[in-house]
Amino acid sequence: MQKHDHSGHSALIRLEGVTKLFDNTEVLKNISLSIFEGDLVSIIGPSGCGKSTLLRCINALEIIDGGSVTVADIVLDRREGTNVSYSQIEKRAHRLRQSVGMVFQTFNLFPHKTVLENVMLAPVVVQGMEKDIAREIALRQLDKVGLKNLADRRTDQLSGGQIQRGAIARALAMSPNVMLYDEPTSALDPELVGEVLSVMRELNAEGMTQIIVTHEMQFAKDASDYIVFMDKGEIVEILAEEFMVEHPKDERTQRFLKRIMSVGREDINNG
Amino acid sequence: MVKKLILTIVLVLCTYPTFAQHVRPENIIRFGADARSGAPYCFADPHDPSKIKGFDVDIIHALAKVMNKRALFVQNSYEGLISGLGRNNYDVVIDGIVITPEHLAEVDFSSPYYVTHQTIVVPDNNTSIHSLEDCRGKKVGTLTGSEAFMFLEKFGGLTILSYEQEVSGYQDLLNGRIDAFIIDAPVAIYYVPTVKGLKIVGGEIDRLMYGVAVKKGSLVLRDELSAAIEKIKHNGELRKILEKWKLWNNNMAELTEDYAPSENEPTEYNSFVEAMNRSISWQERFDRYLTFLPMFGRAAWTTIVISIFSMMLAMAMGLILAIIRIYTPFKFLAVAYIEIVRGTPLLVQLLLIFYGLPNIGIKLDPFMAGVIGLGLNYAAFEAENYRAGLLSVPRAQYEAAKALGMTRWQSLRYVILPQSIRLVIPPITNDFISLLKDSSLVSMITIIDLTQQYNLLATTYYDYFGIGIQVALIYFIIGIPFVIVSRWTEKRIRQDGRLRRKRPGLKLIR
Repeated sequence: MQKHDHSGHSALIRLEGVTKLFDNTEVLKNISLSIFEGDLVSIIGPSGCGKSTLLRCINALEIIDGGSVTVADIVLDRREGTNVSYSQIEKRAHRLRQSVGMVFQTFNLFPHKTVLENVMLAPVVVQGMEKDIAREIALRQLDKVGLKNLADRRTDQLSGGQIQRGAIARALAMSPNVMLYDEPTSALDPELVGEVLSVMRELNAEGMTQIIVTHEMQFAKDASDYIVFMDKGEIVEILAEEFMVEHPKDERTQRFLKRIMSVGREDINNG
Repeated sequence: MVKKLILTIVLVLCTYPTFAQHVRPENIIRFGADARSGAPYCFADPHDPSKIKGFDVDIIHALAKVMNKRALFVQNSYEGLISGLGRNNYDVVIDGIVITPEHLAEVDFSSPYYVTHQTIVVPDNNTSIHSLEDCRGKKVGTLTGSEAFMFLEKFGGLTILSYEQEVSGYQDLLNGRIDAFIIDAPVAIYYVPTVKGLKIVGGEIDRLMYGVAVKKGSLVLRDELSAAIEKIKHNGELRKILEKWKLWNNNMAELTEDYAPSENEPTEYNSFVEAMNRSISWQERFDRYLTFLPMFGRAAWTTIVISIFSMMLAMAMGLILAIIRIYTPFKFLAVAYIEIVRGTPLLVQLLLIFYGLPNIGIKLDPFMAGVIGLGLNYAAFEAENYRAGLLSVPRAQYEAAKALGMTRWQSLRYVILPQSIRLVIPPITNDFISLLKDSSLVSMITIIDLTQQYNLLATTYYDYFGIGIQVALIYFIIGIPFVIVSRWTEKRIRQDGRLRRKRPGLKLIR
């Protein structure tokens, strides 16, 4: 695992006592977590543990029901006693989403546009950028993810790995403070996983803050600064050192890691 | 896309005045009549169906001349003639309109220019009916909204069937669907000799006085017309016209105190009967159909233009409705609109817009009323097409747009809408083909579209069959390009879908 020195920095992302309800069921229970600039954090856990929801709360695709989420200088505070109206929260959420990049498990490049147009769209529409400048930036980002030569293709002419790399470039074009990945490789054929992960490693080397919900344990172990293990809407354990991954304290973590190490990725996906 | 659509509609509305007759010099008197009224009032000349003729037409031209004006014909359906006056579609109505208390309540009349009566028409082989008394308990036909209709209702004891056009009445007389047909004598004089198997029986029923109708309160115009009528009564012009049409009768002799025997040959009458009785070969018939083509061409153009404008309105309005329904809290308004419009007949909507709205001060000319009626109706159906299209775009697409920081409107505009449009094109094209056919209903609001042209020609030649096939063919041919477009886009979308499914690793895209 890589190490980052956090002394003297304040956290880029701070979750404090975050709760989230779906139909009165608490899917996130009092979650607190700080993530510093340049960190690469993996979130693991059995399916249904709330890890995707946590990610979606960080970029305000889901508005939290309690606690607070801070990304850079934008605060979504829903603690009791705070007097912020819901419409104000939504306004802030909209601003927040512009500074957070996200890549989903499902391939959702816009099929009616070319790869280049996909990457250019948000800068032009959301940020009001000149098309020429947006194109330049888009091509730079596509170059970074190795898709420059496919810039004029439509999504139906791309492999899954290429689509996910395109989605990363599309998010990067908005110059986000942080990149979120929700199981970005789970829908990929095994031979295509590597190309997506290597893009994330490169971004990490450049100092991009990244949070990834994943089942790729090897990647999580090798590339992450630390691994967050979640179960039943709670953070069970934060595994920050290599020996901790091999010898987790919590029994639930032990069981999950044992399973994930002994069986293949496919079985976890299916189970 | 939306901007372009709105722009197009605005441009279209700017060019709109070229479709309406707004220019009306002082020296023109516009007369409303229905060219389907048939001989001898106002009808398409069988020798040249692009020309309108009739004794009413001759009389109004003679009156206009006396008034130093030029008469200009405005086509209007017979039932709507009176209300058309109120809408200022024309200045006067002359089309065998009888001066009655009911009519006087709505319009003002000149002094009568013609006096006649009702007469009974029966099949040749009929021996039981000699007078109106004999008709009791039998089925009697007459024209919708005619003076005879009201007279027969008052008379009582009859089953009355009402007809839009006398030729349909004669046809039913021959088919045995009715026992007798009661109609103004001039009509009987003209058509009975041209229809084999019919005869006129009975005496003079009722006394009918025809007047020129003007808008209620247009007293100056009314008095000018009356003065002109007096003038042509006394200078012999009126008698000359009526004799030409074989319509001079005892009533007229009394009215003008001119009992001299007829001098003029009934040239118009002879020409009409000759044209109608001439049995023609298939070659001649075919040649005649060819002469219809320019008229059908113009009518087809009207049909196409109305359909296209209506569809543009429907597409713009439908999109707005679909967006309101899916994305706003005013969903119920859109749903109410869609359900009400889909749940009521298009014809009723058209009549309401054209004849009903003037009652609350909204007067639309026929073209505008037609486009708005069809457009608003089809908007309800297009809204549902758009809705299906918008909902078929996967939610993940909306989420991806949201995650990129787009507002709801931006995601709709740049991500959801462009993807759904492709899916919506085939059903919209199909709806356009239906609209092309439904546009035939605008013939009910005085527009001469293909259907109206068919009606005009068919009543003139008494040939619903041959001309009907011709007009059906024209509708069919107009629709073909759109059928092809629809099939082609449907096929393309199907192929796209198959391509996607085949590719490995792409299973989650739609």
